[in-house]
Amino acid sequence: MNTDSTRTLTRPVFDENPIALQVLGVCSALAVTKTLATALVMCLALTAVLTASNTAISAIRKLVPRSIRLIVQITIIASLVIVADQFLRAFAWELSKELSVFVGLIVTNCIVLGRAETFAMNNSVGASALDGLGNGLGYSVILIAVGSVRELLGAGALLGYQLLPLASEDGWFQPIALMRSPPSAFFIIGGLIWLLRTWKTSQVEESETDVLVPPTPARSES
Amino acid sequence: MSSLRLFVEAAFVENLALSFFLGMCTFLAVSRKVETAIGVGIAVLVVQAITVPVNNLIRHYLLAEGALAWAGFPEVDLGFLGLITYIGVIAAMVQILELVLDRHFPRLFSTLGVFLPLITVNCAILGGSLFMVERNYTFSASVVYGLGSGFGWAFAIATLAAIREKLDYSDVPAGLRGLGINFVIVGLMSLAFLAFSGLRLG
Repeated sequence: MNTDSTRTLTRPVFDENPIALQVLGVCSALAVTKTLATALVMCLALTAVLTASNTAISAIRKLVPRSIRLIVQITIIASLVIVADQFLRAFAWELSKELSVFVGLIVTNCIVLGRAETFAMNNSVGASALDGLGNGLGYSVILIAVGSVRELLGAGALLGYQLLPLASEDGWFQPIALMRSPPSAFFIIGGLIWLLRTWKTSQVEESETDVLVPPTPARSES
Repeated sequence: MSSLRLFVEAAFVENLALSFFLGMCTFLAVSRKVETAIGVGIAVLVVQAITVPVNNLIRHYLLAEGALAWAGFPEVDLGFLGLITYIGVIAAMVQILELVLDRHFPRLFSTLGVFLPLITVNCAILGGSLFMVERNYTFSASVVYGLGSGFGWAFAIATLAAIREKLDYSDVPAGLRGLGINFVIVGLMSLAFLAFSGLRLG
């Protein structure tokens, strides 16, 4: 693999993280991270859909007239999400019940449409597939980090295995109820962004009066 | 379940933005000025109040198991087509709303103009329809739910914008500036909204 495609694959993980910098796909990142297991399943589903949709959209990018491209993209993405949703229902019913509507909401997850619009429409099939995979990984890094912190501090466990003995069962660990409730995800992601931007100072925003990154990112790798 | 109770639950207890984190992209990106935030809020409220009941009708008469009995296909279940249909309905509704507003309410249209197309990919809208399916709401309940959840979202974004306008005067650590501090604020708001979960009506 040459350096160019390695860049395409690794850049979205830390340098241009979809959640921490591009503000894409935040909704699901917050709601499904109560336990590590749901976060992992969501990562797998999103990465699969994102890679497949980027590949498919890039493959037909020269055949689609610009005026109807949005509806074509949404149709492709919705079909892929239906496949992922039905797959989960068939093989992981319990988890799919727990993820509730959030698998279906991958359709409106801005990462998928955002990457299709900014990258897949202007780049070759191979590069688009790598970009999809890379952004999926960037999303997964944040989700797995948040999911681990929340499950470890909220229940003293990881993936259901009890790591910290609970005080209620003669151990010493008192679970933090806040970590089980949804708002904690905001604080953890806010903290992660702080860490990331202390490390990569180029991502620091000028001042609060300046514009946030717009919902559909203007930056394009073309 | 009485309508009032459903409305209050949808608007406050199960606030789409602050309890389910739906529509976060728009929520974080267009909440810098109270005026624009109220504009988006109203647009979401209107679209939500229309699409949830419409999707409810489509589900009951076309997609659910046995729903096609009136057409002579009692054993057909088109449930798996749900997602693609709902998003299609939402896109079409946004388009129609745009045309109607442009023709009859030009002033409102020019205020909302930019935000209307964005609403198609706002997960709060699709989320509302999916929750309606998951909870099996009747038609009248879906009307109330659409209104309530749309109102809750609009209320939340207007509040966040008000807080952010005040924040302009504060000195935030460099790494936390912008997006980071926003997450923390929304987290605090979400904590405050947790208090509504103790609310019991009728």
